[in-house]
Amino acid sequence: MRKVLIAAAAMLVASVGAASAQGKTKVGFVYVGPIGDFGWSYQHEVGRRELVKALGDKIETTYLENVNEGPDSERAIEQLARAGHKLIFTTSFGFMDATAKVAKKYPDIKFEHATGYKRDKNLATYSGRFYEGRYIQGQIAAKMSKTGTLGYIASFPIPEVISGINATMLGAQTVNPNIKVKIIWVSSWFDPGKEAAAAKALLDQGADVIMQHTDSPAAMQAAAARGKFAFGQDSDMIKFGEKSQLTSITNNWAPYYIARTKAVLEGTWKTGDVWGGLNSKYVVMAPYTNMPDDVKKAAMDTEAAIISGKLHPFKCPIVAQDGKTVECKGGANLDDGQILSMNYFIKGVDDKVPGAK
Amino acid sequence: MLVLERRTERSMVAMVVSPLIAITLTLVTMAILFALLGKNPFSALAVYFLDPLLDSYGLQEIVVKATPLVLIAVGLSLCYLANVWNIGAEGQFLIGAVCGSWLAVTTHGTEAGAWVLPAMLVLGALGGALYAMIPALCRVRFGASEILTSLMLVYVADLLLDYLARGPWRDPKGYNFPTTAEFDAVATVPLLIEGSRVHIGALFALAAVAIVWLVLSRTIKGFEIRLVGAAPRAARFAGFDSSKMVIFTFAVSGALAGLAGIIEVAGPVGHLQPNFSPGYGFTAIIVAFLGRLNPIGILISGLFLALTFIGGEQAQISMKLPLDLTRVFQGLLLFYVLACDSLVLYRFKWSSRSASRAA
Repeated sequence: MRKVLIAAAAMLVASVGAASAQGKTKVGFVYVGPIGDFGWSYQHEVGRRELVKALGDKIETTYLENVNEGPDSERAIEQLARAGHKLIFTTSFGFMDATAKVAKKYPDIKFEHATGYKRDKNLATYSGRFYEGRYIQGQIAAKMSKTGTLGYIASFPIPEVISGINATMLGAQTVNPNIKVKIIWVSSWFDPGKEAAAAKALLDQGADVIMQHTDSPAAMQAAAARGKFAFGQDSDMIKFGEKSQLTSITNNWAPYYIARTKAVLEGTWKTGDVWGGLNSKYVVMAPYTNMPDDVKKAAMDTEAAIISGKLHPFKCPIVAQDGKTVECKGGANLDDGQILSMNYFIKGVDDKVPGAK
Repeated sequence: MLVLERRTERSMVAMVVSPLIAITLTLVTMAILFALLGKNPFSALAVYFLDPLLDSYGLQEIVVKATPLVLIAVGLSLCYLANVWNIGAEGQFLIGAVCGSWLAVTTHGTEAGAWVLPAMLVLGALGGALYAMIPALCRVRFGASEILTSLMLVYVADLLLDYLARGPWRDPKGYNFPTTAEFDAVATVPLLIEGSRVHIGALFALAAVAIVWLVLSRTIKGFEIRLVGAAPRAARFAGFDSSKMVIFTFAVSGALAGLAGIIEVAGPVGHLQPNFSPGYGFTAIIVAFLGRLNPIGILISGLFLALTFIGGEQAQISMKLPLDLTRVFQGLLLFYVLACDSLVLYRFKWSSRSASRAA
């Protein structure tokens, strides 16, 4: 009796599996947060939905959300590989080693890891040049601030966050050379309670424009409650601060997901490292709102200059916090390797990189 | 009307039958939920509970996931049997991982030999046990509630791990990302099955189950643990020292949790990073109670809970069912288990209104 039941169940499963295959190429996504975080994972989910809209007749997509970055991630990725997915996007830095391990085991499957640095024949990496948007935000913030002090909610002292703070200050210094920034490290990417508390603390300390490198809209709400300005992060957070949001750096993964999936369908996929910015529309500025027209125009001019390549946020010479000029490896600008491994603050930041010696 | 009447003694039949009723009720409720979501309940249940059992990969992953759960839960069962409430196994798990990793980090890139891993395991167990001594001694010396102190120490452990992985132990070649370097081969737990993730930690879990079962059923110490828990006054008359029991059970459960921690880090994870634990120390509390604080029961319930995690993932992949459903499932299971447990101590009885009033 028991054997019959198991066999029957197995057949049921097999038939379900066969029905869903239909010869479509399977594309899998692994998210670190819930798709409802309105931030990082949500934007990847938006990218996935755009991908389905664009290529839905040829592909089938699957996602796993809220995947822990510890021992569970390798299993989650491998489960997707075993279920016949031909292209798998792992969308958080913490999935790097697990993605690399599974990629070694499944040489015929293509893997794409966001924000990491380990690559392989079948493992590519991709990320956004968020610092470009930060530079624009710095300029806007310096123009909008009355106290001359910006409040910055930071997650972790990794190069992406540090280069974001530096780009913000480089932008702000073009407007006000004496601009100050107060930084609070919340040691989390997504913790609405801590983010809101940090925003309030920064406002109490005299900052009047709040910017964040964390994922929830809590800081925006906190700024809105006090009638202060703030910048959104990852997604357009205007609905959380209609009178407060100046703009938001939004992550737009759809063009990349569509291009890479097409490459797999056409058999032209190659590994590599893609780092797209405003120019390739991987980073998109939300509408410039709640600011006077001249500020808005300046922001749009800066955006256009970055897109055309006329302006690079890390234009040499860059002077570090200790007063020494940073070696300029990229000719006129810092090169990508220098930005990707940035672990020092520039002159004008009164904080110290946590953990730095 | 139907009333609950206290049994004069624990019903052995109910002890065995109540978890089965609980699982059946959970399955029925889940089937209804699946049907409401427009999915075929039978195929959904099959994806959850049969798919992972039907291929060797699923079975291997169940073992990997169950290993830390069983190791921790077996230790916790000793505490709970003795009426000692160690809620902080998660903290002891993390400290074990930290203490063992210390050796892996300091010997990284050196010529250190095969002694590294055994020493790491000893350090992990020792670290977990010592960390568990804090709530144990606070309880014995000052009468502080071990529920609160052990729980609070989880956050202390969490922050210590965070500090180390971001600061002193950070991989210098890791672009400031908060993780240690990948452990060397001599600091890595060997695999049991080549090509899978099943590691020798599974043997440690089995050994822990066997030893605790022997202790509980065959030794004076086992009798003492159960007596102190069930009848503290009688235990005192028998000359058993309840303070020593608090320290003993905390030490054993802390050591097992710490061992599980270092095995997890030196095994499936391969390096120390913040947030590497999906909350094993807390899930193990469910495993311990689901297994009725019995080592063999814990082995079964650990494997069963691991099955729900892996089945839940497969359901997300093949049926596009939301992750929340797995959480609902685990919640339902615990709810029904606790509800059905009342059958062990109580029984249903039909009685007329007047009779119940007279009683």
